[in-house]
Amino acid sequence: MSNVPGDLKYTRDHEWARQEGGRMRVGITAYAQEQLGDVVFVELPKVGARVTAKQAFGVVESVKAVSDLFAPVTGEVVEANADLAHKPEIVNQDPYGKGWMIVVTPADAKQWEQLLSAAQYEEFLAQGGH
Amino acid sequence: MDTSLKRTPLFSAHVKAGARMVPFGGWEMPVQYRGIVEEHRTVRAAVGCFDVSHMGEFEIEGPGALATLQTLTTNDVAALEIGQVQYSLLCRPDGGIVDDLTLYRLATDRFMLTVNAGNIDKDWSHVTTAAPAEGARWRDVSTSTGLIAVQGPRAEAVVGRLADQDIARIGYYRFARGKVAGVAALISRTGYTGEDGFELYVAAGDTEQLWNALLGQGAAEGVAPIGLGARDTLRLEMRYALYGNDIDETTNPLEAGLGWVVKPAKGEFLGRAAIERVRAAGPGRKLIGLEMTERAVARHGYPVVKEGAAIGVVTSGSYGPSVDRYIAMAYVATPHAAVGTDVGVEVRGQVRAARVVKTPFHPSRVKKG
Repeated sequence: MSNVPGDLKYTRDHEWARQEGGRMRVGITAYAQEQLGDVVFVELPKVGARVTAKQAFGVVESVKAVSDLFAPVTGEVVEANADLAHKPEIVNQDPYGKGWMIVVTPADAKQWEQLLSAAQYEEFLAQGGH
Repeated sequence: MDTSLKRTPLFSAHVKAGARMVPFGGWEMPVQYRGIVEEHRTVRAAVGCFDVSHMGEFEIEGPGALATLQTLTTNDVAALEIGQVQYSLLCRPDGGIVDDLTLYRLATDRFMLTVNAGNIDKDWSHVTTAAPAEGARWRDVSTSTGLIAVQGPRAEAVVGRLADQDIARIGYYRFARGKVAGVAALISRTGYTGEDGFELYVAAGDTEQLWNALLGQGAAEGVAPIGLGARDTLRLEMRYALYGNDIDETTNPLEAGLGWVVKPAKGEFLGRAAIERVRAAGPGRKLIGLEMTERAVARHGYPVVKEGAAIGVVTSGSYGPSVDRYIAMAYVATPHAAVGTDVGVEVRGQVRAARVVKTPFHPSRVKKG
């Protein structure tokens, strides 16, 4: 079973979100990067862009596949991980740490409550993850 | 799991080794064991073993075999010596490519063709109906044949230790018969990676014994099993065509850059007149190598553009681990095919800069001469 940190929230599209003050840091889960295989390209929105919950905000590409990144919450992008442009493999090496994707200021802080807990996400993975 | 997918004799070995199995050309095959990039680097730096038992093998035997093959294939079979291998094509009368293949001359009147896995049924129907085969008999030995490719700078050391003969003497695109790890094998100095290496044809029932010996006794050389994912990035860096991606029945050999295996001087063959018409007029498009000069991955089917107009299409594209660049193969209109031409690739609606570059992208290290 993949690593699912207890202090994060999750989506059924295999993104994680971490609360940092009023902001949320977003990335993809260990399960997602395992399924993708070697990540070779990440395309992220610019700072200032708006992202919408459950809508694509970027793209992650492995050697074999192109996958959309889905926003856990609606809000404004205040940071994007520039390191991923030149070292996309960080997503495989450290998906919950240095492999983060964006930081969002949520339009509505209550959105946090609607995301899956670690236990719920683990249950979702146990059922096949899709 | 789709039960209609076929499995090679090594299926259980792959699953046991933790491979990720995927459908490929009607077969359930390992796409990766540890990771595509790591496996790619293993082959460039050391040695890797590929299960390519899904490939098809046809034999033709009889006094009419040579004439039949001269009609069916584009290269000159008469130039092929016993013990030699030739890259060649099957073409339709209109010049479209039915398949690419390697042709082995086993004896004066006996040959073997190795064809792509996804084309076995189509090719069998083509070779047995498109030419009369007078005085020759075809045999489909695909199911009874296992095939392991051992590729990389240390391939000779690994295979040599297990072989009953001096395999260093086998030249590029030559083969010998012998035993490897006690298993009767056709030992062919060929491959699809741009590295030195061998392709070992054995009886299906012996494949696992050979596989285990190669992986078990190649530890000093750093041998590892390699999946189809790395096979694809390795061949892309060499600009080797992949049937179904870069060549198919709608592409002719000249635009694909395969004119070197078309020998009209040998006489009549299927597709000859159509290909000669293309040669006379010059191909309208060419398969070229692209390097992305702006960060983006070009993929099969993405449009190639120049000043807002479509000028071609990407046929294969990926990150090339050994060149550390995003590279691609594409058909572009001949006026834009020159090395150094700046073009664009349309990636998800946005044009990303690319340049036509010399190929192979990575220098070939096959053993020549």
